[in-house]
Amino acid sequence: MILTDDQRQIADMAKSFLAEEGTIAKQLRHWRDIGCKDGFGHDLWKQMAELGLTGLAVPEAEGGLGLGATEAALVMEEVGRNLTPSPFLTTALVAVEAMKGTEQGKHWFPGIVAGETVAAIAVDEGPHHRPRQIALRAERSGNGFALSGTKQFVVHGASADVILVAARTSGSAGESDGLTLFAVPREAAGMTVENVALTDSSKAARLTFDKVAVDADAVIGEVDGGWEPLRRAMRLGRTGAAAEMVGAAGGAMTMTVDYLRQRKQFGKLIGEFQVLQHRAAHLFGEIEIARAATLKAAELLDKGDDKAGIMSHVAKAKAGRVATLAVQEGVQMHGGIGMTDEHDIGFYMKRAKVLDSLFGDSSYHARMVQVMGA
Amino acid sequence: MTDLESFRAETRSWLEANCPAEMRTPMRSEDDACWGGRNFQFQSEAQEQWLRVMGEKGWTVPDWPAAYGGGGLSPAETKVLREEMKAIGARNPLSSFGISMLGPALLKYGTEEQKTRFLPEIARGEIRWCQGYSEPGAGSDLAGLQTRCEDKGDHWLVNGQKVWTSYADKADWIFCLVRTSTESKHGGISFLLFDMESEGVSTKPILLISGYSPFCETFFDDVKVPKDQIVGEVNKGWDVAKYLLGHEREMISGMGLGSGSSRTLAASLGEIDDPVLAAEVALFDVDAIAFAAMSEHFIDQLKAGEAHPAMPSMMKYAGTELNKKRHELIMAAGGSDALEWDSERSRGGKAPREWLRTKANSIEGGTSEVQLGIVAKHILRLPGA
Repeated sequence: MILTDDQRQIADMAKSFLAEEGTIAKQLRHWRDIGCKDGFGHDLWKQMAELGLTGLAVPEAEGGLGLGATEAALVMEEVGRNLTPSPFLTTALVAVEAMKGTEQGKHWFPGIVAGETVAAIAVDEGPHHRPRQIALRAERSGNGFALSGTKQFVVHGASADVILVAARTSGSAGESDGLTLFAVPREAAGMTVENVALTDSSKAARLTFDKVAVDADAVIGEVDGGWEPLRRAMRLGRTGAAAEMVGAAGGAMTMTVDYLRQRKQFGKLIGEFQVLQHRAAHLFGEIEIARAATLKAAELLDKGDDKAGIMSHVAKAKAGRVATLAVQEGVQMHGGIGMTDEHDIGFYMKRAKVLDSLFGDSSYHARMVQVMGA
Repeated sequence: MTDLESFRAETRSWLEANCPAEMRTPMRSEDDACWGGRNFQFQSEAQEQWLRVMGEKGWTVPDWPAAYGGGGLSPAETKVLREEMKAIGARNPLSSFGISMLGPALLKYGTEEQKTRFLPEIARGEIRWCQGYSEPGAGSDLAGLQTRCEDKGDHWLVNGQKVWTSYADKADWIFCLVRTSTESKHGGISFLLFDMESEGVSTKPILLISGYSPFCETFFDDVKVPKDQIVGEVNKGWDVAKYLLGHEREMISGMGLGSGSSRTLAASLGEIDDPVLAAEVALFDVDAIAFAAMSEHFIDQLKAGEAHPAMPSMMKYAGTELNKKRHELIMAAGGSDALEWDSERSRGGKAPREWLRTKANSIEGGTSEVQLGIVAKHILRLPGA
C-alpha cells in the first residue's frame, strides 16, 4: 500500500512529537528511575490529547478524529521506536474499539479525548493469552451482576479509571459464546488491585474480584455477546502491538547500525566485517516484511475485509519474531556495553519481550494462522 | 461510478467473454506456462487464443505505453486488471524474459527505433528472449566477464562463452553483456541484442541435479551483429545491466509464491500428524503470508516510484530463502513419497525435482550473499561494503 497524504501527515506529526517528547531519557528511563507507580507520565498523555491522538479512533461525532487502524498503526510504530510509555494502546485503541457505538462509549469517550481518562482491558487469567478459556464469572445479582475470579497482565490496570473486564455469563471455558464485556470503574467495591512492575518497567495489574457488584448498564454491548466487541478490540490491539514492535525493532536496528559505523575493533570499524553486514541486512529485510504485514492487517481492518482477522494474527506473530531478532542482534552486536543499564539498547530487549506476550505471543498467533488458514 | 469502477466493470465483462475456461484452471506445473516465440508449441488452442487476445489488447504488458504494444493503463488500472484476473483464476497469458527483464530496460535505455522494433513483438509473445550475462568465472562477480565484442566498421564481431543461459536452446534472440573495452572492469561493457539463429551461435543444455536442463552453455564463434543492436551507449552497458538486474531480482523474488493460490502451506499439505512439523509449517505460513504482503507493498512502491533502488536485492534474498524453506517442508511432509524420482504417483518426481530446483534460487540472479552485501552498502550505508 501507498500511504495517503493525510496518513503521512499523522505519521510525521507522531514521529516528530515523540522523537522530541517521548524519548527514552525523558520518559521510560525517567519514570523508572523515580519509581513512578504508573510507569508513564500523565503530562505526556495530556499532550497527546492536545494533538488529537488520544481520540484518534473516537468517532468525529463524539469529539475524536474518527481515524482508522492504519493511522493507529503509524502512531504505534513511532511509540515503539522511542519506547514511549503511555496508555495509548490500551485506551485509545483497544478500549475505544470495544466501546465504539455503545452507551459506555458515550460515557467514557469525552475523558479519553481530553487525555484525562485511562482505560485498561482485562482478558488473561493465566500466564498465556487464551481468550476463549475465560472463567471469571459474572452472575446476575439484583439489577446488575456480581463478578468473581482473577485476571492478570492487565496493562495499566492500577492506573486506569475504567477496566474492561471479559467475564463468563454462561457456557463454559473454551467457548466464545457466553462471554460478556463489562466496563468496571476503578472504585468498584470488592476489586483488589495488585500493581506489578514488569521486566520492561511498565506496570500491569493482578486483579482479584470478590463478588464485585456492577450495574446492568456496565455491560458493553449485549449480555453473552461479549465475544464480538472483544474480538474487534483484540484484532486492533494485536495490530497496534505489532506496529509498536515494528517500531521498536526499527529503533533497535538504527541504534545498532549507528554503533557498527563507529565502533572499532581489531583496527577496523566493526561495520566493515561481512558477517555483521549480512546479519544487519537480513534484519533490515525482516523488519520491512513485518511492517508490510502490519500495515496490510491495518488496511484490511479499515476496509472491513474478512481477511483482516487472519492477517492481524500474521502481523502479531511476524512482528513478535522480528522484534525478538532485532533486540537479540542489537544487544549482541553492542557487545559488553549492551549488557549495561547505562546503555539504552537493553530497554529495547525488555520491551520487545513484554510486547511479544501482550495479547498473545508469536506461538499463539502462528497457531491461530494455522487454524484459520486450514 | 468512478472511472476506476467503470474500468473494473468493463474489464470483468471483457475477461468473462474472452478468457477460455481452460485458462482459468491452476497450472499443474511449469510445463503449463506459455512462453511464446517462433518455435513455441502451444499445448492447446485455448492457450494460443488467450495469448493472442491478451496480446492484441496490450494486456500482456498492461502498464506499457500503447504505442509499444502495451495496454497504456495507469498503475491503479493495472492493479484492477490483475485483481480481476485473479478473481476468475485466469492464468498469466505469457511467461517472458522479454516482459520481465528486457522490456523495462528498453523502455528506459532503448532508442525510439529499438522500442518500436522490439517492444510490440515482446508484448505479443512473438519472440522468445534469453539472457546472456554469466560466464564461466564471472557469475555473481558479473563485471569480470570476458566475451569480446569488436568494432569491425559495419558490424560487431562477438566471440566468447556464456553459461547459465536460461532456455537458450529455446530462445529466438539473446540480450547479452559483452566486453567492448578492457580499460576498466565496469566501464568496458556493452549491452547487445542479436538473433540466436545468427551464424556462429551454438547452445548446449546443462544437466542439473534436478534432472532438468533449463540452463545452457552458449557459445559465440565469430558472430556478426548489426551496429544498431547495442542498447544504450557503447561501454556503458553496465547501467542497463544493473537496471535490468533489479527487474530480474524482483521477478525471482516472487517465484513459488502467490502463483494464483491463496492457500496456506498448512492447508495445501492437509493433515500433518507430527506436531513438530505442524508447528514448523505454521511458522512458515506466518513468514509466507507476511512476505506476500511485502511483495504487494513493494510492487505498489515500485509503481509509485518510491522504492529504494536496492530493495529488489532485499526482496530477492528474502523471497528465495523462503521458497527453499517451503520445499524443505513439502519434502518433510511427503516422507518417503517425496523421495520417489520417476514413479507415476509422484508425477515424475515433481516434489524432489522442484525441491532441488529451488536451491538455485539463492544463487541465480546474484547469490543471497551478494544481495545482502548490496543492502548493507546501499541501504544501511555500512562502511567498506
